[in-house]
Parts: sequence; structure tokens; C-alpha cells
Amino acid sequence: MGRRVTRQEFLLMSAGAGAGLAMAGCGGSQSSVQTAGSGKSYNGPKVDLAFWNGFTSDDGDYMRKLVEEFSSQQKNINVSMHTVIWETYYQQVPSAVTAGKGPDLGIMHIDQLPTNAARGVVIPLDDVANTLNLKEKDFFPVVWNAGVYNGHRYGIPLDIHPLGFYYNKGVMEKAGLDPNKPPQTKDDYMAALEQMKSKGIQGHWMSPLLFTGGLTFDALLYQFGGLLYGENGTDATFNSQEGVDALTWMVDLVKEGYSPKNLAQDDELTAFENDKNAFMWNGIWMLLELPKIKGLEWGMTPLPQIGSQKGAWANSHNFVIMNKRGQDPNKVAASKVFISWVSQRSAEWAKAGQVPAREKVRESQEFKSLKWQPIFAKELPYVHFTPPVPGIADVRYETLDPAINEAVLLKKEPEAALDEAAKQADQLLKENKQKYQGA
Amino acid sequence: MASQGIEQPHVQRPRGKTSSGGRNPADAGALTAYLFMAPYLVLFTIFILIPVVFGIWISLHNWDPLLPVRPWVGLQNYVDLFTPGSTTFGPFWQSMEATGKFTLYSVPLLVVIPLLLALMLNQEFRGRNFFRAVYFAPYVLGVAVVGILWRFLLSPKAGLVNYYLGTLGLPDNIPWITDLPWAWISLVGATVWWTLGFNAVIYLAGLQDIDPALYDAAKVDGANRWQRFLHVTLPGLRPVLLFVVTVTILASANMFGQSYIITKGAPGEETKTAIWYIAEQGLRFFKMGPAAAMSYVLALALAVVSVTNFALFRYRGD
Repeated sequence: MGRRVTRQEFLLMSAGAGAGLAMAGCGGSQSSVQTAGSGKSYNGPKVDLAFWNGFTSDDGDYMRKLVEEFSSQQKNINVSMHTVIWETYYQQVPSAVTAGKGPDLGIMHIDQLPTNAARGVVIPLDDVANTLNLKEKDFFPVVWNAGVYNGHRYGIPLDIHPLGFYYNKGVMEKAGLDPNKPPQTKDDYMAALEQMKSKGIQGHWMSPLLFTGGLTFDALLYQFGGLLYGENGTDATFNSQEGVDALTWMVDLVKEGYSPKNLAQDDELTAFENDKNAFMWNGIWMLLELPKIKGLEWGMTPLPQIGSQKGAWANSHNFVIMNKRGQDPNKVAASKVFISWVSQRSAEWAKAGQVPAREKVRESQEFKSLKWQPIFAKELPYVHFTPPVPGIADVRYETLDPAINEAVLLKKEPEAALDEAAKQADQLLKENKQKYQGA
Repeated sequence: MASQGIEQPHVQRPRGKTSSGGRNPADAGALTAYLFMAPYLVLFTIFILIPVVFGIWISLHNWDPLLPVRPWVGLQNYVDLFTPGSTTFGPFWQSMEATGKFTLYSVPLLVVIPLLLALMLNQEFRGRNFFRAVYFAPYVLGVAVVGILWRFLLSPKAGLVNYYLGTLGLPDNIPWITDLPWAWISLVGATVWWTLGFNAVIYLAGLQDIDPALYDAAKVDGANRWQRFLHVTLPGLRPVLLFVVTVTILASANMFGQSYIITKGAPGEETKTAIWYIAEQGLRFFKMGPAAAMSYVLALALAVVSVTNFALFRYRGD
């Protein structure tokens, strides 16, 4: 095998070749693309933009509609959208980009940005933010700041999607609970579960899997005052007392019989849809799912407060521009126009259940008139994201998630499970640090 | 196959036109054989040989295909696999154990049940072709279809299996896919249901290859059904049996999709198999170096099993 040309060398070569590309090296191995244009309109030659994302469900229809509307309005930009399920997406996109077959732009979750930035899959967007005149105050600050890695911005936030509390009114009524008063405090919550139990109803089906057990753990951890990782992302802190309290609460629901044992993927949802489960902590994606069930009476509120403070799991979709060999400045300019346009039209995207990251859109009448989404928006002040460290998104799959699984399936005590997982996580974080330092 | 190519020219005369002097006809035969093999050899080289060698090279590095720097680590990836406390030691051997268990549980069933099935389907009866098709049918489904189907059926709380067990007055809370040993029973059961048709078809072809005269001769000698099976059918099936056992062991050792979809590895990572773990490390987390090292350890283990298998059959054959 011949030695591969490294990215830096390649960029130097393309910069040397000139070709009108202004690729200024900035910050280690990365290059930011600078192009003219206000980002409001595009007057260059006709370009086709390939836009990839993981909106494979009904949410894809909403995004596709936006993409089509944009393309029909633009004389010289045509955006074609391609969807891959998220899990595969994060395998395919990096490989495609490295092979030079990647899309022009895409969507990435906030915790995936540092990894893909370090791998050179996505390029810094400082200049994009500048041209579009995007500032922290235009966005929800936590999500805006989480898009920065190593001093550079890599994502333009589109939305935030937190975990919410769905309640089945039919089941509540059957148990003699007021279906319009979902419990919001720990005491009320436990009382409601106890009352349902006395009527033979298991009121909160606790999933042992990431969806939704893992997300529930994150929310509870934040509520008890803990975080998944230390501030620098060099050590796991999910085995703190707060973490143990969070997991113990989950496990106790099973032990006390408020939840059945041995749930499989989506059982909590199937039971909810069939009036067997009353309380479900689930994502915004339920907003498109539940209305499909005929006769299901349900409501949704922010998560109840079980711990000492409010807290909710959330993630965020961000626009990214892919690192292409010989980046076409026209395409980058056109991408800016597209990102800016969709970002401003994100009230439309909110109809898919998302909470727009953009302040103005969140305050718009159009958004406020939606039924459920503004309720999710109330949770924004207390969501947390993981520290911007490459590789961090992968760590939990091998450590925390199996630990939660074993604890909720009553195979291991919460503390022992979390301690063991944290030890492995610390090692993985250390390995990651070494690995990406050389990048 | 190669030997046939060499033998054939003995009965042919050397072709006059190729006046290559005193060229041995056997040489021309060898050339023909190589030419026939060439297309496959090219594919084999490109898709097996080169990747195998390249994989060894990868396994000696901290290889992330997406990073410009891939430091040489020598045998460290292998050493880690045998060092308790390393990040790969625990999960890797747990996944190897899962693969071993699955192979151990599934292979005997997948060797015996299809054989019995083939013996039945080899009889003359009405609707024979229909039943042959019925038993083979699941095999045409993809693992995703099979996996999701069984997950729905076996879900402990929302699945049909427990529901019907309940209506029959039997225990309706069996944790089919979330606890042991049930998860293994489910995975093995689903796999047997899914793939037994393939082995059955191979057996069926083998059975039809056995000379009926042998059965007649045995009958004349007074052999009963069982003796005919033992002394005519089984020896006649020996090569087929070797093939079925070898292929089934390898297929079972490659199990990935079923546990990925049906149990999701639960409980904990007990049903996470080696191939799954390797694929996850290499293709999802892009830790190609350790993943490649693990592949070689797994491949070596499988080679040992296969060689033992061949040796055992040969021993019994002599």
C-alpha cells in the first residue's frame, strides 16, 4: 500500500494549486472555508447540493418539504436530500467523506460534532456564522456553545429535542386519578404510582435499554445534581452518589412493582398505546407517533421533578458542512443560504416535534400556537450536553448502557454496575484522548 | 476438480497445431486447470488474500481510518486481548463466550433436526413438495425480518407467545429475551426455525444420492429400519454430514443479527456475540486495530475447531 496523503498535505496541495480557493489553514489540521456572499442569496453558477441526514421517520417528510420548497424558490441551487438511519449515518458519512464521496452538507447530533471535527469529517463554520451574522443571543446559549470544539464552531444548531413526560389519560382515569393533573413532584408521582398499583395497574414501565431507560437515567442524574462526565470530559462521573440515586430510583420502580420486570425494546410504548402503561418518559418523536393511535387519550408535560432540581435529557440537531477535497466555494456559499433559510423557517420543522434552537423562532406566534412543542421548550433551561470531547458519544454504549440494563433487569446492584462501568469508561476516555491528540 | 483436469488429457492426443516440441500433454492439462481456476484466483486474491494480509498490518497499529496518524503499536492490540483489565479484554472474551455458547447450543440441533426432517421429506407421500417448500421457506427471509418477527412474538410483556401461554393457563411472564437461559433458548430456537431448511435440503440431496440397491441388499440381509439407517444411510451421508457440520459451526460462530435485533445483547451484554463486538469496535467506533486483532483470534479459534472437525470425521471414516 502506498502511503496515503494526509489531510494537511492534501489541503496544502490544493491551496498551492490556487484555483481561486481561499483555504486558510487555521487551527491544527483544520481549514476553514471562506467565501464571499451575504448568506442571504446566491448568485453564483448553478449548484446541486447533496444533503444527508437521519430523518428516516415521519420527521423526514417535514424536512423534505422544506428542502423542496427551498429548491423551488432558488434559481441556482438544487438541494437533494438523502436519509440513512442515524446509527448507520455516523458510520457511512465519515467513510463517504474520507473516500471523497460524501455529501455537501448534513445534520449531526451535538455530541457527535467533536468526534467528526477531530476526524476532519466536518469543517469549521466560524465564517458561516459570521456571514450569516449568527450570535449566541440568537440561539439557546447551551446549544450554541456546545457547537464549539477546540475554539472553532462546527455546527449551526437547528433544534433541541428533550425528553418529556407522556401520560395516558385513560389509564389514569381507570385508577381514579385526575387525567388532567399529571404528577409533577416526586411525592405526587409516587402517590399516583401507588394508587395505580392498588388498582392492579403498573403505572411506569421502566425500559432497561437506552431508549428509553438510558435517557431516563440521564434526566434523573441531572435532577439529582450529577453529570455524566467531568467538565473536561476526562473522567466518568455517572457513578457518583447522584448517579446511584438516579439508577436506584429506576430499579426501585421495578422492585416495588410499579413497573413490570424484563421489558424489551419499545414495550413501554406498546403498553402505553394499548392503555396498559400510564406514564412514559419519551422523546419529542412521540408527537408524530401517538396521534396515529385511534382512541388513545394522552397528554404531555415537562418531566416531573424526582430529584433535588429540574433536569431533562436532550439532544440537538446541527447543520454541518462536510470536508471535501477541493471544497467548491460556490457550494459552500449556497450551503450558507440553505442553512440560513431553513434555520429561519424552523417553525415549520418544529411541526415534526422539535423545539427550534433559534430564539426568534421559539418566540414566534407560529411556534407558540403549536400544541405540545412549547411545553417541551419549557425544559430548555435545564438540559445538559456532554463535554465537547472527541469520541465521547461512543463511550456510553459500551459502559453506562449495559450497566443500566443489568441494574434495571435486577441482575446487578446499581452502585456496583455503575462503578464497574465508570472504570471502563475512564479507560476509554483516556484512550480517546491519546488517540485524538495525534490527530 | 483439479485432478480431473489433469487426468483427462491422458485419453486425448496432443493437439498437432501447438508445435511446442516435446510438450507433455499433462503440462497442457495443468495449464488448462490453472486457467480455469484463474478467474476465481483473481477474486480470491483481491477479496480474501490481500485483505487478510492487510488486516494483519492493521492489527499492528492503532488504526483509525479517519485519522491521519495511525501509530504503530506492534503486538499491543493482541497483548491487550490477553491482559485482564484492558478495555478490550473483558468485553471481547465475554463476546467470545457468547459465541461459543450459541454455537454449542445451536449446532447439535441444526445437525440433527434437519436430518430427521430430510428423512421424513424423502418419503413418498402426498403434498411432499409442499412440505419441502414450507420447511425451506423461512430460510429465504433476511435476518432483519426474522429478528423483528421473533422480537415481537417473544417480547415478555407485549409478545404473543406469553399471551397465548397465559390463555392456556401456563406461566405468562417468561423473560424470553431479557434473561438467561431464556434468551439463549429464544436465539437458538429462532435460528433453528430460520435456517434448518438449508441443512435439510443438503441432506435431502445426499439421501437421494444413496444407491437404493444398498437398502435392498440390507433388507435381504434382514436389517431393520434402524439398522438400515445406521449402516446404509449414515455412512452414505458422511461427506454431506462433514459439510453440514463444518458449515453450521462456522455459520453459528458468525451469529450477529439475531442477538443484535432480538435481545439487543440483553441481559447486559450476555448475548452480544464476538462478530457483533468486532464489527462494533471496527466499523462503528473505527477502532480497526483492536478489531482486526480480535478477528484473527476468532479466526484462529474457528480454524482449530474446523481442523478438529475434519480430523474427527476422517478418523471415524477410517
